[in-house]
Amino acid sequence: MDFAITGDQQQILDSVRKFVAAELLPHEDAVDRAGEIAPELKDRIRARAIEQGLYAMNFPENVGGGGLDNVTMMLVEKELGRASFALQYLVARPSLILMACKGAQRERYLLPTVTGERIDCFAITEPGAGSDALGISTRAVADGDDFVINGTKHFISHADLADFAIVFAVTGAAETPKGPRKLVTSFLIDKGTPGFACTRQPDAVSHRGFHQCVLAFSDCRVHRGNILGELHKGFNVANEWLGAQRLVLAANCVGRAERILTLAAEWAGSRKQFGQTISRFQGISFKFADMAMECAAADLLTMRAAWKADQGTMTQEDAAMAKLKATEMLGRVADEGVQIMGGMGVMGDVAMSRFWRDARVERIWDGTSEIQRHIISRAVLRPHER
Amino acid sequence: MKVLVAVKRVIDYNVKVRVKADGSGVDLANVKMSMNPFDEIAVEQAIRLKEAGVATEIVAVSLGIEQCQETLRTALAMGADRAIHVHHDGELEPLVVAKLLKAIIATEQPGLVIVGKQAIDDDCNQTGQMLAGLLGWPQGTFVSRLKLENGKALATREVDGGLENVELTLPAILTVDLRLNEPRYASLPNIMKARKKPIEKRTPAELGVDPTPRLKTLKVSEPPKRLAGVKVDSVAALVTKLKQEAGVI
Repeated sequence: MDFAITGDQQQILDSVRKFVAAELLPHEDAVDRAGEIAPELKDRIRARAIEQGLYAMNFPENVGGGGLDNVTMMLVEKELGRASFALQYLVARPSLILMACKGAQRERYLLPTVTGERIDCFAITEPGAGSDALGISTRAVADGDDFVINGTKHFISHADLADFAIVFAVTGAAETPKGPRKLVTSFLIDKGTPGFACTRQPDAVSHRGFHQCVLAFSDCRVHRGNILGELHKGFNVANEWLGAQRLVLAANCVGRAERILTLAAEWAGSRKQFGQTISRFQGISFKFADMAMECAAADLLTMRAAWKADQGTMTQEDAAMAKLKATEMLGRVADEGVQIMGGMGVMGDVAMSRFWRDARVERIWDGTSEIQRHIISRAVLRPHER
Repeated sequence: MKVLVAVKRVIDYNVKVRVKADGSGVDLANVKMSMNPFDEIAVEQAIRLKEAGVATEIVAVSLGIEQCQETLRTALAMGADRAIHVHHDGELEPLVVAKLLKAIIATEQPGLVIVGKQAIDDDCNQTGQMLAGLLGWPQGTFVSRLKLENGKALATREVDGGLENVELTLPAILTVDLRLNEPRYASLPNIMKARKKPIEKRTPAELGVDPTPRLKTLKVSEPPKRLAGVKVDSVAALVTKLKQEAGVI
């Protein structure tokens, strides 16, 4: 086993860390306070990310991406994860599902998204379909060479910035021994298509400045040439390309937890009570032992899963364990961070209270903790059930 | 014009340096190493000269252990065209470094040599000056502003009490200071491209230089802990203390 970081990886990490320090960290407080990112700042960060080759670095080199393997990618994600989510997301890692683009779709969607000329968003979730992705009710009905789409998506991240959406809709049903099963297809739908409306949802307490939207489709007509992948095979396309997506979130959480740990340690090492720094009290110091250990454990699970993804041997439960451990760890570390800072930790204008708020959503989106536990427990128990 | 820059691998400036328990040196195990920040400024200046059409080729040189090649890769990723690594596992003193650089300069024939004013590990601030002496070239040290025209370098030096403007006939040696520029950090595509740029390997023996140190380190120790100050309750008390205890006024 080799845990060493290569010279190339270190060089990439050094550059990303400098980028984060110069371009992202100085704006965190203002973005959190306003819940918005000024348009000129948005443009600047995106332009700098493109210039530095960090934009779409998750894509293969043959389509103009950074061509990083999963291990290097997650090392980078840890660095980016240190910064405010809304800001670090401008260093876009577009949805890899776009690799399924074929023919004219490549020129229209894939390539301009990799160069940053266009922005994608990914739309499965609906008011009636959260963890139960197959519960979606948005329908696409064939009509000549078109499909007519009706339905509503919500919690669609950064759809306000996007130029087009990757939308999952029911296109039929198949008979199975367990009864009928929905057939789902994914479509590429441009904003501005008649019958497609996008509105912002109220601000969340986590990741202020990063917005969620409702996408409403009302007799929205889309040509069959806009099907991503194959008809009725929407989830197959998603599964083929989005396997390592949960690791990104896990790596982001590890990076942020490391930052919280440092921040809390600086506080504990300088705050004096009863004539000594509070780091000298066992009640405080032992918290750091647990925080550091949990952070390292989540890091190892994430990097192991990334390594397996590079070998082509990563399972769903590998990714689920990394996501579950990292997000729950971040929740605990952020909570202890607040506890260590005491009253100051809950004040609105200190970074710690922001980390605490931001940590909450991680256990919910991209598969709740309960869904991850379901995936892991099924993998453990299924072979033993009669 | 060819520009040669020398880059040294040092402990990263963010690392809190620890002295080994036996006092034989500084603990380097598991410590992050980086390019000397003043050398980064040297590389950046060379790149700017190339971007301005003044320099045509940038050659980065590093001397020391195998891992110095990582530092050279950073220089290549920033924008140097090729690199030379002089491999030596032991300690290299400024005079030896200057002699080795002189030997490389003899074959490379650069029109300008840019180095950091000092390395942040030993803070010697000698190599550039010794190199200029050995070559008999003009030197501009602590350069914070630079202009090249008509075969001359117009350099502003940061000296005690102000700035000094000097004119140097090229070829010349420049040692650069903090305020000359703000170095770029390498982009991802350039880091990838740097892997393919050539690093030539040399040894002190090939260059005809004896690397044996002339100095012996007796002991390395941490600076004494700063004692807590005292608060004075009036300006008069402060002046009295400065006069009588500190003896500075």
